[in-house]
Parts: sequence; C-alpha cells; structure tokens
Amino acid sequence: MNRKYIAVTGTLMVLVFACSRKLPGDNVQTDAGIFAGFQQPGNFPVPVYHFETNPVTKEGFELGRKLFYEPRLSRNSTISCGSCHIQSSAFTQHGHDVSHGIDDRLGSRNAPPIMNLAWSPLLMWDGGIFDLDLQPVAPITSHEEMDETVANVVSKLQALPQYRVLFKKAFGTEQINTGNLMKALSQFMVMCVSSRAKYDSVMRKEGNAAFTPEEAAGRKLVSEKCGGCHREPLFTDGTFRNNGIGIGANDDQGRFAVTLRPEDRYLFKVPSLRNLAYTAPYMHDGRFYTLEAVLDHYSTGIKDTPNLDPLLPAGGIALTAGERKEILAFLNTLNDRAFITDKRLAEQ
Amino acid sequence: MFLLSGIILLTACSKTPVEPNYDQHALAPLSVEFDNIVGGQKLVLNTGTYTNALGQPYTIQLLQYFISNIQVKKADGTTYAVNPDSSYFLIRQDDPASKFARVKVPEGNYTSLTFTVGVDSLRSTMDISKRTGVLDPGAGGHDGMYWGWNSGYIFFKMEGTAPDAPADPTGQHKFRYHIGGFGGYNAPTINNIKVITVDLTARGMAQVRKDRAANIHLMVDVSKALNGTTNVNFATNPQVMFSDYSMNIANNYATMFVHDHTEN
Ligand code: HEC
Ligand code: HEC
Repeated sequence: MNRKYIAVTGTLMVLVFACSRKLPGDNVQTDAGIFAGFQQPGNFPVPVYHFETNPVTKEGFELGRKLFYEPRLSRNSTISCGSCHIQSSAFTQHGHDVSHGIDDRLGSRNAPPIMNLAWSPLLMWDGGIFDLDLQPVAPITSHEEMDETVANVVSKLQALPQYRVLFKKAFGTEQINTGNLMKALSQFMVMCVSSRAKYDSVMRKEGNAAFTPEEAAGRKLVSEKCGGCHREPLFTDGTFRNNGIGIGANDDQGRFAVTLRPEDRYLFKVPSLRNLAYTAPYMHDGRFYTLEAVLDHYSTGIKDTPNLDPLLPAGGIALTAGERKEILAFLNTLNDRAFITDKRLAEQ
Repeated sequence: MFLLSGIILLTACSKTPVEPNYDQHALAPLSVEFDNIVGGQKLVLNTGTYTNALGQPYTIQLLQYFISNIQVKKADGTTYAVNPDSSYFLIRQDDPASKFARVKVPEGNYTSLTFTVGVDSLRSTMDISKRTGVLDPGAGGHDGMYWGWNSGYIFFKMEGTAPDAPADPTGQHKFRYHIGGFGGYNAPTINNIKVITVDLTARGMAQVRKDRAANIHLMVDVSKALNGTTNVNFATNPQVMFSDYSMNIANNYATMFVHDHTEN
C-alpha cells in the first residue's frame, strides 16, 4: 500500500478503461428527429474522452447546452461560457487577443475553440487540465473570467425549479452537485464536433467532393511542412511545442507552469488548423490577426527561443508566393460552416 | 472488471501479511486527533503571534490540510487499511470538529499509525463523480483546496501575515503557502505526497474495542512547516504555490506530527 501501488493501480485503471472502451454512437439511431448521441466521424480516430463514465444522452446534452449559455455561472450573472466561446467564431472569442471576462477584466490567453475536445487528452494551452469534466472549475473560479465559486453556482441552480427538473431528467436526481454539473457541461462540449468541412467530405468520399488542384497542392505542402505538428485529421497531434513565435510580453512560459520541467518552458499546445477563418486572432496570446501574418512568421519570423522545436528549420520554412496561396486555399477547406451554424449547438 | 484487477493487484504487491476479510459492520471506532500548535504555544487564528526560526514575527489566519489513507498496524505486523472511500479528511483550524479523523477498524491493539498528508494520485485523477465531500473540486471559495488551472488538490494551506513579507497590491503583508502536487498526470512533476508513520508504543498504543472510543492524540506543531531543513524567509518567499520550492515546505511539515498520548 505505497505510492507505487497507487500509481500502478491508476495506470491499470486507465488501461482497463482503454481496453473496455465501447465506441460511443455505435448503435444509436440516426433517423431524423431521434437524438443520435455522440458520433465518431468516419475519418476520425477513436475519441479519448471517457464516455464510459459519462454517456451522452439527449437530456444531458440539452442541460449541458443550457448551462453553457447560463450567465448565472458567473458572480454577477453577466458572463456565460458562451460569452468567450462564441459559436459563430467556432466557439472562440473572435476579435479578442486575450479573453475578456467579468467586470471587463482581461485574461492572459486567447480563448481556444470548443471543438473536437473528445479527442483532446489535455486541455488549456499548457495542458494543465487532464479531464474535460474538471475544466469548468477553472473559468468559474477564475478572477478574470467568472469570479464565482462552484458551490455557489450549485446553490443558485438548485434554487431554480426548472434546473431541478432538468437535472432529474438527465441524471435521475434533483440534487445538483459538482459532479453532475460538470458532466452535463462535458456532454455539451464533446458534441461540439467539427467534421463537416469540405476536407472531411473529400476524405469520406461523399458525393463527388474533390479538392481543386490548388487545394490539393496546398494539402501536400501542409502535410510536409506543418503536418509534423498539425496532423490530419484533427490538425493537431495534441503535443506541446515551441513554434518560435518568441516570448510574449508577460513571459507566459506555457507548459512549464504545469510540469516545472525546464525542457517544457515556452511550450504550448499545438492548436488545430480547423475553422481558422472564424477564429482570428491566432496563437496563445492572439498576437497574429491574419493568416498572412502566421505564414510570415513561419517563413521568416521564427525566433530562436529556449526549446524551439527541432521540426522548425532555423531559417524558417521557405515558401514561395504560389505556395502560400496553395496553403491558404487548402486551409480554407478546413472551415466548417455547418459546425458554426449548427442549431443544436446554439443557445436555444 | 476494475475491482477485480484492483484486488488481484492488491494481493500481488502487498508485502505485509495478508489481512483477512473483515466484516465492515463489525468494525470498532478509532479517531485520530490533529491538535495543531505553534512551537510550545496554542494556535490561535488571527490574534496569536509567533516567531519563525529566522526571528520574523507572524500570525496565522488560515490553516488546513488533507489527511488520507489511514492504516493501523498491530505488534504482530498485521496491518489494516481503512476503506479508501471513507479515508479522506480535511483538517481545518477554523472548524474544531474537523480535527478528528474518525475511522472504523477491527478490534485490536495497534502499535503504529500510518497516514498520508495530501491526496494520492489515484484519487487525484479519479472520475469526478467519485470525488465528493472534502474532495469535491468545487468545494470552498478562497479557502478551497483545489487548483482549477492545474488539476489537483492543495494538500496543505497556510496563510497569515508577517511584517517582513512585502506588501501585496492591497497593502497587506501576507504570506500564502499552498502546497500540492501529486506527481503529474502524464508528465512527471513535483510530488509532495507525504506518508507519515507514527509509533504508538512509547506513548500508548490504541486499544480499539467496539464499546470504547479510542483516540490517538497527535500534537501537530505547524511552525515546523516554516522551520527545519529549510528555514522559510517571509521576505524572500512570501508566496509558495506550485513550484520547486514547495518541496522544501512539504519536507518541513512532514516532521510536524508527534504522538502525545492515546485515550482508550
Ligand atoms: C472570460 C472568458 C472565458 C469564459 C467566461 C470561459 N472561458 Fe473557457 N477558455 C477561455 C480561455 C482564455 C481559455 C484558454 C486558457 C488557458 O489556456 O490558460 C479557455 C479554455 C477553455 C477550454 C480548453 C479548450 C482546449 O482546447 O484546451 C475549455 C474546454 C473551456 N475553456 C470551456 C469553458 C467552459 C465550459 C466555460 C464556462 C463554465 C468557459 N470555458 C468559460 C476563456 C473563457
Ligand atoms: C513544430 C511544430 C509546428 C509546426 C511545424 C507548425 N506549427 Fe503551427 N503551431 C504550432 C504551435 C505549438 C502553435 C501554438 C503556438 C502558441 O500559441 O504559442 C501553432 C499555432 C499555429 C496557428 C494558430 C492557430 C490558432 O488557433 O491560434 C496556425 C494558424 C498555425 N500554427 C499554422 C501553421 C502552418 C500553416 C504551418 C506550416 C507552414 C505550421 N503551423 C507549422 C506548432 C507548429
């Protein structure tokens, strides 16, 4: 009964869950009108989220959606999750370099999209959160975001008959607690799947979807020059890296804050390249406003900072004007209008 | 399936003699009392003034820590581990009732007590529905024992004022020590989990019987968190949270638990 035992059991538990994973959405009905639950898109890998302990139900998803857009989650009922994660911007806070929260307080990082999180083993730019069910604690309690306590949120919701009814429908109990509050939010967030871009139709060979020659050339370039980090089909490999953008004004050290390992200084999570048309500005601190600026960075702006990723050549990634056009054309096929206009994900 | 593997594993790696299956309803009460003091003085929140090893005066405004995974051992070497589902306690100085960790163990005479200061990695990564009561990540406000931004429990929290601490933006001279770190989820990092074993033979073993209420009384000198292998300086380290330096404070406070006597 020592720490080793505990660690081993922990690993074992993860393993057991991993082996016994049933593919969610395997036997759900998809006929119109019937809630289809979580579906793994045909061109996507197996998700990592633990559906075993939180299966997505219609009631749970709808409750999660209501909570996601519920300003009572903030101290003075002014800010909801949806205030910073706006659907029309692929659930980012479009136009804000760093997030803009309660009482106009500014955060220190750019709000990432709520998108394909069922495939994201670690959350936040620094990977500090390892379970989606634990994620909402951070914004709810953060001084710059919602400045509330989870216990207060629970009692505010508990006092509202409509929520008691909804929790009863979703979880079989009117008793709201941290666990079922978080699980409802997770059920909504894992359903925010972006998999209906032109790229996906081509990959799944839907109808006669095909890349133009320019897009096809762009895909080849992206896979050669960017794919080591932004890997298909999610366009992230989920790792933490330093892409050479240089140390920010507030000296945010990224992953280092979580691991305290010197080799993790200035590493940030590789973000997806999906939906870039809707998510500017870019990078963890929103420093680039256009994709042109991002490409300028990769071709001529790479700064030699500690732990610069070895995949990036010191002199930058050489790109001709034609290649840049091709890359942008391909990136455009990753924009998923169906996702940002999906009524099921909108505030009702 | 998980339970089964858990049990196999448990038997596979326990070095101590295997304990028989106890009838959970036939267990007897045992409490462990965490009696916080400062040096030789009573701990009085807010008004008590104390001095650290560097001669810097201070007061304590908040003190709380997690105690978990209680185990007891008999003279013949057999041990009994309390069911993990009822073996997590938050000792809070502002709540006198919380200073007793109340558990149930088989009747017997126990010569040693083992517990963890903090929350083990298994529980720290368990499904949120299994983390209720003091382990609820949503419990508490400013006195909460959970880091939202870096998923994990704060094991030990001590805050107060010290004139030597620099003024914070509100003008107060505060020190804040929030110590945690269970070793990292998938990348190794600091591990401040401390397992403490206290010998009970010298000051009175615990004679646990169904018709009695044995109480192991520990004196917990919280000044040891500041003084010891590392003498903490309020001027240079007024805030210690998730950092390498936190290991010094955890190593310090691992020495603060002393058996005083047992009430049988
Ligand atoms: C004030 C703006 C703001 C509010 C309100 C807000 N967030 Fe966020 N969210 C952010 C920022 C900024 C980040 C990135 C923080 C970081 O990496 O340190 C983030 C990150 C996330 C992530 C991680 C995504 C990833 O890919 O790693 C999730 C999930 C998330 N938020 C969900 C929520 C939920 C659920 C709520 C409501 C309970 C919420 N957010 C409220 C700004 C906000
Ligand atoms: C060595 C790994 C690596 C390579 C190669 C790489 N990137 Fe990145 N990329 C990253 C990381 C890491 C970030 C986040 C950096 C940060 O915010 O500090 C990022 C961020 C981005 C962003 C911002 C996305 C957002 O939502 O904020 C875009 C766009 C981008 N990269 C495009 C590209 C393109 C195009 C290429 C190829 C020309 C490329 N990247 C090559 C690692 C890489």
